[in-house]
Amino acid sequence: MNWVIKMFSSSLGQKFIMALTGLFLCSFLIVHMIGNLQLFKADDGLAFNKYAVFMTTNPLIKVTSYLLYFSILFHAFKGILLVIKNNKARPVKYAVQNGAANSHWTSRSMGLLGTIILVFIVVHMKNFWFEYKFGHEIGYTSYYTNLATGVTGSKEMSAEYVQFNKIEEGMTADENGQYRLVIVKDLYKAVSTQFKEWYLVALYVLCMFAVAFHLYHGFKSAFQSLGLNHSKYNKLINFIGIWVFSILIPAGFAAMPLFFFFK
Amino acid sequence: MEKNLNLNLKVWRQKNASDKGKFEEYKVNNISTDMSFLEMFDVLNDKLVTEDKDPIAFDHDCREGICGSCSMFINGQPHGPKQGVTTCQLHMRSFNDGDTIVVEPWRASPFPVIKDLVVDRSAFDRIISAGGFISVNTGNAQDANAIPIPKENADEAFAAAACIGCGACVAACKNASAMLFVSAKVSQFALLPQGQPERHQRVSEMVAQMDLEGFGACTNTGACSAECPKGISLTHIARMNRDYLAASLSSNEK
Repeated sequence: MNWVIKMFSSSLGQKFIMALTGLFLCSFLIVHMIGNLQLFKADDGLAFNKYAVFMTTNPLIKVTSYLLYFSILFHAFKGILLVIKNNKARPVKYAVQNGAANSHWTSRSMGLLGTIILVFIVVHMKNFWFEYKFGHEIGYTSYYTNLATGVTGSKEMSAEYVQFNKIEEGMTADENGQYRLVIVKDLYKAVSTQFKEWYLVALYVLCMFAVAFHLYHGFKSAFQSLGLNHSKYNKLINFIGIWVFSILIPAGFAAMPLFFFFK
Repeated sequence: MEKNLNLNLKVWRQKNASDKGKFEEYKVNNISTDMSFLEMFDVLNDKLVTEDKDPIAFDHDCREGICGSCSMFINGQPHGPKQGVTTCQLHMRSFNDGDTIVVEPWRASPFPVIKDLVVDRSAFDRIISAGGFISVNTGNAQDANAIPIPKENADEAFAAAACIGCGACVAACKNASAMLFVSAKVSQFALLPQGQPERHQRVSEMVAQMDLEGFGACTNTGACSAECPKGISLTHIARMNRDYLAASLSSNEK
């Protein structure tokens, strides 16, 4: 194991860690994006709420989510440590440094952009992940389908009501067998209510710019750190980095709070 | 005929390694636009000597862009505003009459200032000593073309070997990282058959020495390559990263 520690503690190895965790977080963004597109579905949140249940109960996803939390923390703290180490390499700063002449500002601001994203992740997880898993604010909704007529609808139930009557989450039928019921914690409602606050919407949209600029440099940089630089593939990597990770994904995520704000 | 220039200089003056150092302002007049930046400094130093003042210490040797001595950080860029040149190849026509030019030494903890604009770059020598060579027995030179080498590899190795070790990569990098230098020295052998026997050992030991010297890590900003007087490419850094990974994964170390 000695060689593993030696490799990952070298300046190159630390960049391998940043690249591997960074690319893993990029792959998560794709999954998160696709899942959250269900917010745009005009079904009163049924699909999204069922998806939220699946994402919090499926054992494989649970394991992956722990890997994800670990990657976020590792990427963030390793990044901060690298900024400190790199600053130490130049204890006396230049009086004049014209960085714009030889590099893109995003590549020189990865620490700052990353810090903004870290703050965002904390706020975001507090608002939704923590509230959903441990909070008592989020109520329940029962989606019903009349089996005879096919008429559908939904009924909100407060968290206290659900607790008091010991109603279980999941898909059931009512006592007479007349309705099919889906009773779920209504994360969709929490999303739509929270995104009526202008300051939260503004924060989300601004932070998506930070994500866009961080990944504009970060995605292609990860490949370079891992030694994957080849004229045959560089164009494709740059294309994906720019169009998918610094335009499509941040724009898609920014569209979600804006959609609920103006809805 | 072009008009001669009158310039204001702000130059870093530092008596020795332990001195705190500060900027001093100088005026130089009637500078020909055909002069190199170093010749302009010669004019200034002549003036300082006649005034019985201490001339500004700066490194210079070949004055034709191949020795890598002339380390000056000019107006926020190593070797000044032009790219692909050393300071001796920078001409005064790159400046305008009345300009204020700020000149600083390379700033990096592994490059301590010796005096004024002169820094100690022996950290680079120690990195080379750690593995930047090929062990061969001396004797008669081998027949030319006895070992086949693909043309692309020969060209790429030659491009890497163009590195003059000037340290502009370290100076330009926001992290004072020496990756471009080390990767060029790793690449020039990694691409050739003669470099293969020590390939993995070389990259491991050179990277270890680079870290020991206290250079920063790489953020892939590309500033090093943009400022390199020899245009060394970032592909060499990628090759070093690959080789280092391969060397670590396949070493006999437990």
